[in-house]
Amino acid sequence: MGGILHIAYKLLVNDRAKYAALLLGITFAVFLMIEMTSLFAGILTRSSATVINIGASIWVMDPAIQTVANTIPLPDYVLDEVRSIPGVKYAVPLYSGAALLKLPDGVYQSANIIGLDDTSLFGRPTLENGNIEDIFAENAFIAVKDSEFYKLENPKVGAEFELNDHRGVIVGIAHVASSGLFGVPTLYTTYNRALQYIPSTRFTISYLLVEPKTLADVALIKQQVKAAGYLALTKDEFIQKISSFYKYQTGVGTNMLIMTVISFIIGLSISGQTFYTFVIENLEKFGALKAIGAKGRELIVMILFQAAFVSLTGYGIGVGLCALIIWTARLYLPDYAAIITFSNLVLAFLMVIVIAAISSYVGVRKVLRIEPFDIFRG
Amino acid sequence: MARTAIEAVGLNKWFGDGEVKTHAVKDVSFEAYLGEILYVVGPSGSGKTTMLSMISGILRPNSGTVKIEGSEIWSLTNDALADFRLHKIGFVFQDFHLFPRLTTAENVAIPLILQKRAWDEALKEAEVDLEVVGLKDRAQLPPVKLSGGEQQRVAIARAIVSRPDILILDEPTASLDGDSGRNIVKFVREHILSDQRCIVIVTHDSRIYEFADRIVKMEDGKMMGIERENLNAQ
Ligand SMILES: Nc1ncnc2c1ncn2[C@@H]1O[C@H](COP(=O)(O)OP(=O)(O)O)[C@@H](O)[C@H]1O
Ligand SMILES: [Mg+2]
Repeated sequence: MGGILHIAYKLLVNDRAKYAALLLGITFAVFLMIEMTSLFAGILTRSSATVINIGASIWVMDPAIQTVANTIPLPDYVLDEVRSIPGVKYAVPLYSGAALLKLPDGVYQSANIIGLDDTSLFGRPTLENGNIEDIFAENAFIAVKDSEFYKLENPKVGAEFELNDHRGVIVGIAHVASSGLFGVPTLYTTYNRALQYIPSTRFTISYLLVEPKTLADVALIKQQVKAAGYLALTKDEFIQKISSFYKYQTGVGTNMLIMTVISFIIGLSISGQTFYTFVIENLEKFGALKAIGAKGRELIVMILFQAAFVSLTGYGIGVGLCALIIWTARLYLPDYAAIITFSNLVLAFLMVIVIAAISSYVGVRKVLRIEPFDIFRG
Repeated sequence: MARTAIEAVGLNKWFGDGEVKTHAVKDVSFEAYLGEILYVVGPSGSGKTTMLSMISGILRPNSGTVKIEGSEIWSLTNDALADFRLHKIGFVFQDFHLFPRLTTAENVAIPLILQKRAWDEALKEAEVDLEVVGLKDRAQLPPVKLSGGEQQRVAIARAIVSRPDILILDEPTASLDGDSGRNIVKFVREHILSDQRCIVIVTHDSRIYEFADRIVKMEDGKMMGIERENLNAQ
């Protein structure tokens, strides 16, 4: 078996032009597919940045909420109601809202302000600089050092700014797991200061963050919250909901899907076409091999090997290229949101397998049909 | 008396049906022996290639039997038939069918590789046979770099590399100029023929008749009997 694979390998690789065209087709398709899906995965993760960063187990919200960014304030009594549900260990309010900051040099910059519950500071970020206690100090804010940090002019502890004619002071620099999607920097402060600085509507709670006593209580909590006319979602469910919104309610998902399908079709046509020509051009040779005494099965193995070899090589190059480009892009564009996830890789791999399978199916059929007699007759 | 290599009895082959039916080979019977070169001559379209394909296990006859060294081949399964061709028959195709992407030595080694011999070993043996046909120094070149006559010799080296008892050459001189054609067949006569081997050559090139032991003629699908016998009787 090894010998015929060696021959198959040489027939493929020594045909430089076709081999290059085959690789190009597959590499291109893999690159596009992974790039598209990675961008999408990046966007999805970022769209749930607040949920990921705050890290609460259960989020209580208005049922009409579609994304974490567009909050619908909850009345205060919901907090008491939720606190009185038996399985709830504790429940705290969270404020999340937009604000316009005036930076020291006079530049206005919009920002996302997160107000943490004053008593528990539940959902606080990890500080790189400063002390979390300082969040209670006068005018105190903590800046998040994510990809948007530079828009705050890279403040140090002690830096000042204005927010609706209030003075704000940076008392700490934090880092979080995920940057947001909307290109605005994030500042943490206390719930009460957030309300004080930012003009608010009648209701002020953006979300209720709930910790259940045990995991078994989650179902009951969800049910009770629902009975009260609100929605309780676990962290994963909320992320899922936000992702679904971007996937299905915005053009983003559809466009990504179309691009992925297009790259698949391009890859399939370039590689399929080239592989077909390759097989056709070698058809006589396969016929000669058959006449000499190669069995049909051995010819199939040769073709499958060639298809698999070129596909896997193309896949490898495509993945490598994608990783390289994303890495380079990040060097220059800190906002570049693309993550190569395991499922992206698997998806692209499956598509490559399909491309290889379709291409070799056509080749195999051709090769099995050749009559050595026709080769013999010339 | 020499041993019988090929025994064909009542071979018939037709193509198509009704209006377009061509009866390409009609009731052909003959024998060929180890140690001889048998020529099959006749005009184009007389059924020579068809007949050759039937005795070498490539094309199934509509009726008749073929025995190679005493065993009937057309009762074999397809796989067994492939193995039979691989081990017993060497082919030199009219237009060579060499692989342009492989080296000359690799081309020659193909039958051994199909026999599942180790790659290096197969190449070594191929080079021995390239030496036999006088092309040792061309072993690493692709066949397209060789002249027509040299390519023909590569094809012969490939046909004999597995030491087949029967060697089939279909119009070996057709794509060569007169001299190289003659030289090739002379070479086959002098170096490739042995007591253990039967060589069947299809040709209509009368300039090479002198290298045949016997010549049979085909016309319109029928074998017209022996044209000449024991030209080179030892
Ligand atoms: N696959 C085929 N289909 C139809 N007719 C064929 C086929 N192969 C050969 N023939 C016909 O059979 C006859 C003998 O062909 P062939 O054996 O190639 O002749 P030769 O080798 O003597 O020139 C010709 O008339 C040819 O057209
Ligand atoms: Mg012919």
